[in-house]
Amino acid sequence: MATEILMPALSPTMEEGTLAKWLVKEGDEVASGDILAEIETDKATMEFEAVDEGTIGKILVPEGSEGVKVNTAIAVLLDEGESVDDVTDAAPVDDAKPAADEARGAAPEKTPARVADEHPTPQPDSSPDWPEGTEMVQQTVREALRDAMAEEMRRDDHVFVMGEEVAEYNGAYKITQGMLDEFGDKRVIDTPITEHGFTGIGVGAAFGGLRPIVEFMTFNFAMQAIDQIINSAAKTLYMSGGQMGCPIVFRGPNGAAARVGAQHSQDYAAWYASVPGLKVVQPYSASDAKGLLKTAIRDPNPVIFLENEILYGKTFDVPKLDDFTVPFGKARIWREGDDVTIVSWGIGMTYAMDAAEKLAEEGISAEVIDLRTLRPVDYDAILASVMKTNRCVTVEEGFPVASFSDHLASTIMQRAFDYLDAPVVTCTGKDVPMPYAANLEKLALTSTTEVIEAVKQVTYR
Amino acid sequence: MAARKPAAKAAAIPNVAKDDLLQYYRDMLLIRRFEEKAGQLYGMGLIGGFCHLYIGQEAVVVGLEAAASKGDKRVTSYRDHGHMLACGMDPKGVMAELTGREGGYSKGKGGSMHMFSREKHFYGGHGIVAAQVPIGAGLAFADKYLGNDRVTFTYFGDGAANQGQVYETYNMAELWDLPCVFVIENNQYAMGTSTKRSTKSPSYWERGAAYGIEGEEVDGMDVLAVKDAGQRAVEYCRSGKGPYILEVKTYRYRGHSMSDPAKYRTRDEVQKMREERDCIEHVRQLLLTGEHASEDDLKSIDKEIKEIVNESAEFAKESPEPDLSELWTDIYADELPQGEPEEAA
Ligand SMILES: Cc1ncc(C[n+]2csc(CCOP(=O)(O)OP(=O)(O)O)c2C)c(N)n1
Ligand SMILES: [Mg+2]
Repeated sequence: MATEILMPALSPTMEEGTLAKWLVKEGDEVASGDILAEIETDKATMEFEAVDEGTIGKILVPEGSEGVKVNTAIAVLLDEGESVDDVTDAAPVDDAKPAADEARGAAPEKTPARVADEHPTPQPDSSPDWPEGTEMVQQTVREALRDAMAEEMRRDDHVFVMGEEVAEYNGAYKITQGMLDEFGDKRVIDTPITEHGFTGIGVGAAFGGLRPIVEFMTFNFAMQAIDQIINSAAKTLYMSGGQMGCPIVFRGPNGAAARVGAQHSQDYAAWYASVPGLKVVQPYSASDAKGLLKTAIRDPNPVIFLENEILYGKTFDVPKLDDFTVPFGKARIWREGDDVTIVSWGIGMTYAMDAAEKLAEEGISAEVIDLRTLRPVDYDAILASVMKTNRCVTVEEGFPVASFSDHLASTIMQRAFDYLDAPVVTCTGKDVPMPYAANLEKLALTSTTEVIEAVKQVTYR
Repeated sequence: MAARKPAAKAAAIPNVAKDDLLQYYRDMLLIRRFEEKAGQLYGMGLIGGFCHLYIGQEAVVVGLEAAASKGDKRVTSYRDHGHMLACGMDPKGVMAELTGREGGYSKGKGGSMHMFSREKHFYGGHGIVAAQVPIGAGLAFADKYLGNDRVTFTYFGDGAANQGQVYETYNMAELWDLPCVFVIENNQYAMGTSTKRSTKSPSYWERGAAYGIEGEEVDGMDVLAVKDAGQRAVEYCRSGKGPYILEVKTYRYRGHSMSDPAKYRTRDEVQKMREERDCIEHVRQLLLTGEHASEDDLKSIDKEIKEIVNESAEFAKESPEPDLSELWTDIYADELPQGEPEEAA
């Protein structure tokens, strides 16, 4: 049967083009791959090849024609044994396929509601993390992290840990202390210093059915691997229509330590928290470090687990339970209060708690919320508290521009505007690369004093 | 380290079963016709964005799939339609993904460059040049860890072969003896940059020597040579000796993607490859001269393939666009499919 040759779309954005030149004439036989015409698109002049074989029966659009719409019939191709007469009434010229226009995207009439907007009244989950009366032990964050990994590795032999110096050296920060001895070099794996490569290998291993824990010596070095983290780990579930997930934990110290300068001090929480497909955890206490890391290892999604070198040595109460986990997306209220809500997470909590203590002495009652996870984030806990106190201060060590605090402030503004008696004030790191000098470094971070000032500002004291 | 010399030219009358030869013919033809159809649908505006056709390179995946066993894995770049068809994925599901429809492998959410099939052990479809290389080694890592004897085929281009992560991966793959066949599909161009303009050393596979990885160069326009080399590579990896590199010399006839005016090479260069080295024509001649098939037999195969491709195009046009609620699904998994995916019968 005779077929129409249509004006092709030759670039993602082309809607019409110029039929610059015909390289065949009526009566010519053509085979697949022969060039039929030259077409000028919005980008370039392209050669247009035949797909089917046959004879050019009729040229419908002469060369030199400008503004020829995509999908216009430009010629008629005849099969063996056909003649032009068979197709005299060929090709109504502007019979563009409607499907093409539809595919090119009239906007949908109504987009489904965003998940976060679904419940207007916040319903925070205030259940305790462990049963009342549970025996507590004192542990450092470091020990809690190690125990979490070891417990999960005993529980599931698909879990393994890889990274620089994690095995024989027992971890650059001694988080994997003793793990090589217990689990052997098949499951506690020293890598060469190749973040990009071993992160990709971790992602592939997760696709292949394992549950890798990838330790970055610090998250500053994960910059070399951020493509694998974001483009490969975070997006594959979506791009595969739900077929292929990536259960992996990326963990290590993040943010400023002490006097290590600009390249070793960045807090990446806001970067990762902006990426759908990742879960982002930034614990403060040892019990959260343990309970959240165990949850992270069991989670079927890629989890960014942001630790902090300064917190590693801090001691907290940890419940003595056989299998203690903390769910993602559930904030912890460390202090209840009525005058102001202080929202923080990770090491920011040290300033928040210190400030709340001092503010109490001055008669200001602060509610302190530890988000614990930034993705998912417990909006309900924040909003319920802000609706009670009508004021909010956020505390973090990240850079101020496009910070996670900015996101919180905007969410509070959109969802609790009528409850606010003052603008949300964000206490963050300063908008400078981290300096080395002790006094400058101190100034570059946020501080208890700044938090106290911010609270006074929003409470008009 | 004893790296291999390029394989000797295939003997005039190769030792290959008629049925195998017919199967290669069919498989390569399916890819070619499928890609031509995809080009057409792109021209009609039914396929959007980037669309990288595999025309010319068919012998590479067909030859290597002939060397693969059940359970072996594969991962590649965005030029992935051929790999998917060759490992047995349904042309309908692939085409419907190209048109962004519900019936596509990724429900229309991945597109030409991002498709996956757990069932067929196809791990993508990756749009970032060379990102699939460590991922492939990671898949091989998983198999070694799990103690099975599977092999992963990790495909990448000559352009990708200059990325740093390839060499990071070579190092770890050899260090840990990962059962990974690295397949460099050297089609001589990365977009508009010929290998001569991008790469000082003349051969890519030889770089493996720096990491202690064995390898060889293969004539990628000869499906039998590819299969032969593939079998050597697979046997090597499966026996626990570690990774293996195949640099397969091939050629893409079409532009890099649909919007490539291809001014970086002459029409003659393309025409010469097509006329003298075409991989499908090669097998066609073997079939005819070996009297394994008549012109009529081949015509009827052509017809069958055309029908399969037309059906896939019809399906891809008729399958509805994804429901708007799909925007919000598959961002997070509640749980992952457990254990090994079932191999289709
Ligand atoms: C990291 C990265 N850089 C650049 C690109 C844009 N790009 C897409 S394909 C390509 C050429 C790759 O050529 P090659 O590896 O030889 O594969 P081929 O297209 O020939 O199959 C480039 C530069 C990309 N997708 N990813
Ligand atoms: Mg190339």
